[in-house]
Amino acid sequence: MPAPGTLQTLSRHDRGGGTETTGEDSAMNTATHTEAAQATPYLSINNVEVIYDHVILVLKGVSLQVPKGGIVALLGANGAGKSTTLKSISNLLRAERGDVTKGSIEFKGTRIDQLTPNDLVRRGVIQVMEGRHCFAHLTIEENLLTGAYTRKISRTELKDSLEKVYHYFPRLKERRSSQAGYTSGGEQQMCAIGRALMAKPEMILLDEPSMGLAPQIVEEIFEIVKDLNAKEQVSFLLAEQNTMVALRYSDFGYILENGRIVMEGHAKDLATNEDVKEFYLGLSGEGRKSFRDVKHYRRRKRWLS
Amino acid sequence: MTFFFEVLIGGLLSGVLYALVALGFVLIFKASGVFNFAQGAMVFFAALTFVGFTEVLPGWTGLAEGGRAVFWLAFLLALGSMIVLGIATEKVVLRPLVNQPAITLFMATIGLTFLVEGIAQGIWGTSVRGLDLGIQDEPIMWVLDRADMIVSKFDVFAAAVALVLFIVLALLFQYTRVGRALRAVADDHQAALSVGIPLKHIWAIVWGVAGFVALVAGLIWGARNGVQFALTFTALKALPVLILGGFTSVPGAILGGLIIGASEKLAEVYVGPFVGGGIESWFPYILALLFLLVRPEGLFGEKHIDRV
Repeated sequence: MPAPGTLQTLSRHDRGGGTETTGEDSAMNTATHTEAAQATPYLSINNVEVIYDHVILVLKGVSLQVPKGGIVALLGANGAGKSTTLKSISNLLRAERGDVTKGSIEFKGTRIDQLTPNDLVRRGVIQVMEGRHCFAHLTIEENLLTGAYTRKISRTELKDSLEKVYHYFPRLKERRSSQAGYTSGGEQQMCAIGRALMAKPEMILLDEPSMGLAPQIVEEIFEIVKDLNAKEQVSFLLAEQNTMVALRYSDFGYILENGRIVMEGHAKDLATNEDVKEFYLGLSGEGRKSFRDVKHYRRRKRWLS
Repeated sequence: MTFFFEVLIGGLLSGVLYALVALGFVLIFKASGVFNFAQGAMVFFAALTFVGFTEVLPGWTGLAEGGRAVFWLAFLLALGSMIVLGIATEKVVLRPLVNQPAITLFMATIGLTFLVEGIAQGIWGTSVRGLDLGIQDEPIMWVLDRADMIVSKFDVFAAAVALVLFIVLALLFQYTRVGRALRAVADDHQAALSVGIPLKHIWAIVWGVAGFVALVAGLIWGARNGVQFALTFTALKALPVLILGGFTSVPGAILGGLIIGASEKLAEVYVGPFVGGGIESWFPYILALLFLLVRPEGLFGEKHIDRV
């Protein structure tokens, strides 16, 4: 983990110490995040390598930590390995012929990389998959109820859980008896998160919740995520392409490129970092730049390789 | 007019039996996306195992031959065998093929068909046997007196059994935790995995239930036509039913069965004489073919929900 208030650019040919922007503002938020993470390693992934189909190397040694009660963003472009990282934690990889070939994944101090997804949900880690994946022919309420499959609870407890989800997602209550396949994208995303909540998780791996949604709905969903984090003490590991929104709602971020973590830091530091701004937010110090003027590849090269 | 209704009722009742076989297909197809070609062989296996046990049990246990105790004991043993067969199929044949294309799984079940047929005949022999459920295939006198129609007592009994089975399964699917999980798995394997539904358990349950349905179908068909190799062909009769009703719908299987049963009997009686008879054996397939052109997903088949 980086020293508080600094950014680390991790690359093999790290000329000149990378791209620190230890600005005045970032020194302000010497958040307790890192220390807390070190004190109680909650979810930690250590040097994980993932190979699909025995040949396709997707993750090339990824390490990251999520502290208890934190929201950590995992950012990167298409194909960087965000989803793969989440699936390697939730053990959904094997269903896609992927395999964790190196490294270890620990949750609350015990290794979880050989468990089945079912075991893992029982232990409190659940994934909300990219693209919602609601059960289209089940009603919203039935969808939510399937989330509680792993819990052996009474009818009243089940009802309470359901009410709690409806409390956070009032819209789902209105649509409770319509088939999930016919609800809107935002409602489906809420349904998917609500379904995960029904399992009473301690940690939710949230894969690309903003996908295909209107900005307003995205904000709404992220607000609820923040709310859940604060009130239900659910930790989140959030894979996102929408860097701007993700950094706004998370407290720590990792940037993944080509199966490697190339940068990590506090969300506020990342959001103000020049490279992040340029590559992920489409902004730069001098405003809009012509692509001709920037020697794009040079800066980028430091990260990659 | 009486005659028309007599044919219609006879057709509907036999349709229920087609539906019973089709139901086995639907259950497995819905939950695991496998078209289980071996369902007919499973029906045969179930009936043969049941009859085999009724033959050997009196010798083993000293129970009275043909008695109630032997019947239920044989039923339980046959049920146990079917569940074991179903679970073993899932474990040995299908699990190693997870994530393979549908056609691979289909081919595997064709192989399974021969294996199951072989095992059944290897254990119990190949001779044709009678199966007596204690209900005679005779007209119900009450109906004959009042309405002047011949309605088979056995057919009504069989239809009643099938109906009870349908209702129980429907309730199970609709309102229980496992039933919900079954439907969830049918919809989206990956998502089901992600919320912690153990696919393997669910598939084992489905194959077990399909085995149970095969047993009930086997008993009724066996009692009607004798327990013989031809029972495996009941699977072929289920195909047009599935095409009509949709591969993924339990109500569809029932309605499809009723339509096929009624239409083939009516066609035989009213159209048959003009083309030289024997229509009954091929009419369902023509109907299915025409239906495919109009509504490929079947009457109640799951429409692919597409949001536009």
